[in-house]
Amino acid sequence: MSVQKIVDRCQALYDDLDFTVVKEWKAKEEGRKAIGYMPVYVPREIIHAAGMLPVGVIGGGDQLEVIHGDAYYQSYICRIPRSTIELGVTGRLDCVDGMLFPSICDVIRNLSGMWKLLFKDKYVRYFDAPQTYDDKIGGKFYVQELRELIEGLEELGGKKITEEAIHNSIAVYNENRAVIEDLYAYRSKCPWKALTSEIYLLLFAGMVLPVEEHTQLLRDYLEAVDKEDRPMRDNCRVVLNGTFCERPPLGLIKSIEMAGCYIVDDDFMLVTRWLLEDVPTTGDPVQNLADAFLHHSAETAAKYVDSYEAKGQFIVESVKKYAAEGVVFAAPSFCDPALLDQPMLHTALNDNNIPFTAFQYAENSGQMQPIREQAGTFADSIKLWSA
Amino acid sequence: MSVKEQASTVAEKEDSMWKQKEMINENYELLSTANERGQKVASTFVPGNINELLMCFDFARNFPETNALQNAMRKKSGGMIMEAEKIGHSEDVCTYVKADLGMMMKGNKGPTGLPMPDPDLLMLSYTGCFTFMKWFELVREQYPKCETAMLHVPYQADGNITKNMRDYVVKQLKEDIIPTMERVSGVKFDIDRLREYMIQSQKAEDDLVYVLQSAKNKPSPIDAYFGGVYYIGPIFTAFRGTTAATDYYATLRKEIEARVAAGLGPITPEGVMKEEKYRIVVEGPPNWTHFREFWKMFYDEGAVVVASTYTKVGGVYDNGFRHDPQNPLESLADYCLGCYTNLNLPARTDMLEKYVEDYQADGLLINSIKSCNSFSAGQLLMLREIEQRTGKPAAFIETDLVDPRYFSPANVKNRLESYFQMISQKRDRAA
Repeated sequence: MSVQKIVDRCQALYDDLDFTVVKEWKAKEEGRKAIGYMPVYVPREIIHAAGMLPVGVIGGGDQLEVIHGDAYYQSYICRIPRSTIELGVTGRLDCVDGMLFPSICDVIRNLSGMWKLLFKDKYVRYFDAPQTYDDKIGGKFYVQELRELIEGLEELGGKKITEEAIHNSIAVYNENRAVIEDLYAYRSKCPWKALTSEIYLLLFAGMVLPVEEHTQLLRDYLEAVDKEDRPMRDNCRVVLNGTFCERPPLGLIKSIEMAGCYIVDDDFMLVTRWLLEDVPTTGDPVQNLADAFLHHSAETAAKYVDSYEAKGQFIVESVKKYAAEGVVFAAPSFCDPALLDQPMLHTALNDNNIPFTAFQYAENSGQMQPIREQAGTFADSIKLWSA
Repeated sequence: MSVKEQASTVAEKEDSMWKQKEMINENYELLSTANERGQKVASTFVPGNINELLMCFDFARNFPETNALQNAMRKKSGGMIMEAEKIGHSEDVCTYVKADLGMMMKGNKGPTGLPMPDPDLLMLSYTGCFTFMKWFELVREQYPKCETAMLHVPYQADGNITKNMRDYVVKQLKEDIIPTMERVSGVKFDIDRLREYMIQSQKAEDDLVYVLQSAKNKPSPIDAYFGGVYYIGPIFTAFRGTTAATDYYATLRKEIEARVAAGLGPITPEGVMKEEKYRIVVEGPPNWTHFREFWKMFYDEGAVVVASTYTKVGGVYDNGFRHDPQNPLESLADYCLGCYTNLNLPARTDMLEKYVEDYQADGLLINSIKSCNSFSAGQLLMLREIEQRTGKPAAFIETDLVDPRYFSPANVKNRLESYFQMISQKRDRAA
């Protein structure tokens, strides 16, 4: 399959606000169920092990006209909950049988309660995760949270979720993460070939496709893109940070690229890269998932960092790992976690003499010229003034 | 000379008011000299605070939110917020955080003008508000050597406290928080001391509930929002568990009992309110920068707030919860888990519905706070639900906690007057 064909397919999935692919998957077999989840992380392995389709609900993007959703929120609340409500009240999310709301911020947390009030017939779970990482304390709490999630899905699906099924699902997601890691490594090596605007769409496809199909799609892309002859530009290499929840418009990513920046690391759809190591496929699978969460998971603004020295080091390490020359902060307007976190990340970057620039966006931002100018100036300054 | 003796030209104040003012001033004085006296200082948050436990280790207690609101009432917060924005803090985020950071940047003088101490412990009680977590990470930048203890309190997502939640909080207290406090303070934990403090807490909580529920009377002897924020002051902050707080609430209760007996309305900054025309339930925190002006918009119209959710943000006691000396750590866990913003939206909505009914209110007013997503996200749906369930009119205004730029007096007044007219018309139609 050609790169163009793969990207076109992903673009179609990205543009489809009716979740047609989810409906088609459900229609293939009677009784199939789909579970929606919001950013940043849920253990999709458990949903998969229940025989259900995990569906990432990352708001409505810039193509959704929000009519009802705005009536539920004040002007100073970010965009993602209002477009998510829009998807819900217009029936576009009828195809999901349940929704998971991870503990990322107060807005998403409260949205879980709104969902309970608005969609009384749906399975709704606020997925709490520990902010303390001691196995005997946070770990014990989290294991029980996972078991309660399993029980809830068992009840919804009407069948037991076996340990064996979870092991199998863990293996499937290990494979998916490994290919995504390959994709990121490839982009770092050849950013002029694996464009971030394409990688963004590829990751988005993983929000709605069955994981096995997504893994294959990623492999096909890697194979196809390597054969492409694309011009290498004199761009600078940047890490993009802040986009872990509300989706940035595709135009924003293209604008950053067109302005002379190769994005070599990012925090799009972190659920796909949350666990940093393979989860073991033997032993107690729930304990294994908990261990992975506690000790081998990504850092983002939604997570507590328990020491001053460690704060912000992840982004410094990302710059080093991907040989980036600077950081572009793009945070959604009114995003408490991202915006409160940013000054601390600035400190870490300043301490390491890493240049950065920052701007805000909304999922429906339409005017990209200022962003292009800012990113372009940043790229120029790196090219001209960095040693 | 006492505070009471010093003042001569202020509005009518009862003994409890003077008492509270003295308690607050004394605490700021205590804090200002703590470092030089060698007393250890803990900074912590109001919702889910574990004040009795901190007292077991002789910590002086500093509450950044109350510093921010006290600064706002003294018209100092605006400059502090802008100071924080100058160094890169977004206009979009919580102004409590920015006022706190701005205060440090401007020389770290507290609301009363006394210097604030360097903390020895940042006791991060992560209850009902995600921003707290970022707040203390930011404060930690200013005090890199200061130890931070995290008490993660799970959210009551399904409207109840599960065994897993309680066990998790208790385990953190036993295995992490208490050992950290022992290490930082050098004081050994004594559970009997904790029990003693909790006996005091219970008494104060009983009296507070009496005071808040006195608003079921007609006329209400209290304003449960503008007056209510004073009533919760001691018990939500550094004083819960102290005999000073117990005395304060006993005094306050007596005063309210007398008001009930005399059939009096609430005391406002301009004296006793004469006629109670509207009984309102309020959801959301107040605006602090224009507190008096905001209150006046109510009492000028004869509107009394008979119940509010903000007075439950540091503990929900009117549902029967009390700190329990027999099970001190478990009851601390239940207290933290039960604070208002740690309740899910359906539970918060149920509480408001019950308030409208139990307090025979004319309607619900939501003061939506720009800074506070924990409170604000979802309030418009709550408003609709309450209107549907009770048939009473609801209204919505927007202000901020401590940012004076977000209080628009003409708009707020206009909306409130329209709302009160709507209640009148509805009442006339029903008559």
